[in-house]
Amino acid sequence: MDTTNITSSLGVVSPQRAGFQEPLPLKCGRAIANYELAYETYGTLNAAHSNAVLVCHALNASHHVAGVYADDPANVGWWDNMIGPGKPLDTNRFFVVGVNNLGGCHGSTGPLSINPETGRPWGADFPVVTVEDWVDAQARLADHLGVRQFAAVMGGSLGAMQCLQWTIAYPQRTRHALVIACAPNLSAQNIAFNEVARQAILTDPDFYGGNYYAHAVQPRRGLRVARMVGHITYLSDDEMANKFGRTLKAGHVNYSFDTEFEIESYLRYQADKFSGYFDANTYLRITKALDYFDPAFSHGGDLAKALAPATAEFLVVSFTTDWRFSPERSREIVHALLKNKRDVTYAEIDAPHGHDAFLLDDARYHRLVAAYFDRIAAGIIA
Amino acid sequence: MNGISIDRADFAAIAHWVKPATRVLDLGCGDGALFKYLKRECHISGYGVEIDDDNVLACVQNGINVVQRNLERGLREFDDQSFDYVILSQTLQAMRNSERIIHEMLRVGREGILTFPNFGYWRNRMQVLGGRMPLSDTLPYQWFDTPNIHLCTIDDFERFCGERKIRIIERKVLTGGSAVNVMPNLLGALAIYHFGTR
Repeated sequence: MDTTNITSSLGVVSPQRAGFQEPLPLKCGRAIANYELAYETYGTLNAAHSNAVLVCHALNASHHVAGVYADDPANVGWWDNMIGPGKPLDTNRFFVVGVNNLGGCHGSTGPLSINPETGRPWGADFPVVTVEDWVDAQARLADHLGVRQFAAVMGGSLGAMQCLQWTIAYPQRTRHALVIACAPNLSAQNIAFNEVARQAILTDPDFYGGNYYAHAVQPRRGLRVARMVGHITYLSDDEMANKFGRTLKAGHVNYSFDTEFEIESYLRYQADKFSGYFDANTYLRITKALDYFDPAFSHGGDLAKALAPATAEFLVVSFTTDWRFSPERSREIVHALLKNKRDVTYAEIDAPHGHDAFLLDDARYHRLVAAYFDRIAAGIIA
Repeated sequence: MNGISIDRADFAAIAHWVKPATRVLDLGCGDGALFKYLKRECHISGYGVEIDDDNVLACVQNGINVVQRNLERGLREFDDQSFDYVILSQTLQAMRNSERIIHEMLRVGREGILTFPNFGYWRNRMQVLGGRMPLSDTLPYQWFDTPNIHLCTIDDFERFCGERKIRIIERKVLTGGSAVNVMPNLLGALAIYHFGTR
C-alpha cells in the first residue's frame, strides 16, 4: 500500500503491551505458559464499556492500525484511511483496539521472543498458532481492557476470518461483525500459493530449520520470494495492467536478467522492503493459520452449522475483482447466515484493485462502512 | 427499483396482506422504504435484495438488512420456503427473465406479492392508439431510456398465472392511489397481486 499521500487525522499514537500469566491452551495441543500482546487503542472507552471495536489484522500487518508514532512520523497505521476522527470507524465515537497476534513479529510474543525455558529465541520451537488461538488471546486482552462485549469486531481477509471466529467462539461478546474480503476457508489454489511461499522460506540456506537467529541471519531470499508470490495474488490482472502494463524501465529490452519491466522492479522493491522487517518464522505460521482456518470442517462441511452459535449482526463486504477471496466465497458466508436467519447485510463493491481493495480508500466502500457504524453507534447503550 | 417509487396506497395494500411478525424478502427493495414501512406496520423481519450501490447504502442508512445481488441470477443464497412472503415491487417489467423470477419467488417464499404497471390502462392504450409509446406516472420513461422490457396487462398476468399453477390469492388495482373495482384492466394504472402455488 502506498502511504505517502496519507495524512493521519488521528495523529500520534503509542503502542502498549499487556502480559498474561495464565497459560493459553492452543489448538495444536500445546500451550503457551505466559505471553505478551502488543496493542494500541484510539478514542475513549465509555462509562458502560459498550463502544469498543476490535480491529483484527491480516497477514503482514500489526497492532499499528491508525495514527503515526512520535519518533517515526512516516509510519502510518495500516488502516489509517478507515480509522480516526471523522473516518468511517470514528474514534470520536468508538474506542478502537488494534492487537498484534500471537506469533507475530511486531511486539507480541512470537518466534523472535525469548523462550523462558531455554533463554534463547523460540525460533522453530514456537507453536503453530491458529485463528482460534489468536481470538482466544484477543479475548484475554479484552478482559484486560475491561471490555465485556465489543460493539463490533472488524477485519479484512485473514482479519475477517478472526471476526467470524469471534462470532462463533464468543457470541455474547460480539454485537456486530464486519467481515470484509473474507472466505470461510482457503481454496486449494490459495493453499497452493501459501505452500510456494513456505517452500521459498524453508529451502533458503539461511533458514537453518527455523533457528536462523543463532546464525545472525534471516532467510531473506525466501522471504522475498514469498512476498512476491503473495503480492501478485493481492492485485487484479487489470490493476497490474493499469499500474505497470509492459512498461520497460529503460524503454527497451536488454536481453538480461536485471529488472527490465516495471512490474519486476515493483515486486523486487516490495520484497526488499518486506524482508527487511518481517520475520520468516512468523510468516510461515501466519500462512498455516490461513490454511487451517475452516470452521465448517468439524461440522461436516456445513458452514451454517459452524456459524449456528453466532448471534452478532453482520456486515459482509466483498470486492468484484478479488480473485484471491472472490465474492463467491463471501456469498457462502452470507448463505450460511441467511440459513441461520441472522441479521446480515451484504455488499459487493465494484472495485478494480483485487484483494487489496479492502485497504484502499474507495468512496462507495467507505460510505457503506460509515453508514454501518452509524447503525452500530445508534445501538450503543451509553 | 426500475419503476416510479410506489406511493403509500401500495404500501398500505401490501401491509394489509402481510401477517404480523412474518419473514419477508423484498426483491428490488430500492432504498428500503417499503421494508421499513412493513417493519413498522407489521413487525416483519427479513431482508431486502438490491443491485444498485446507492440503494444498498440507503438500506444500511434505513436500518434494513440488504443483500446486494443481481436478481437476474436468481436467488441462489436463499433456501426453499425460507420466507413467508417474497415481494417484487415494480421490478418484474424490467427483468430479462420475468418468468424465472416468479418461480424463484414461490420457491423461496410460501407466497408472493407482486406489483407492476398495467400496460392495459386506458391512458397507455390511448397513447399507443395515437401512435406513440406511453408516458405516464406509472410508466415515466421514454422508449429509448426505459428499463422496462417485459410490460404486461392485468389480463396477460392472470392468464400467465392460470397456465402455471399459480393461484392468485388477492388482487388490488390502483389508479392515482385509489382502488379500482370496475374494469381494472382498462381503468387501473397499477396492479398488486398476492399469489401462491395451487
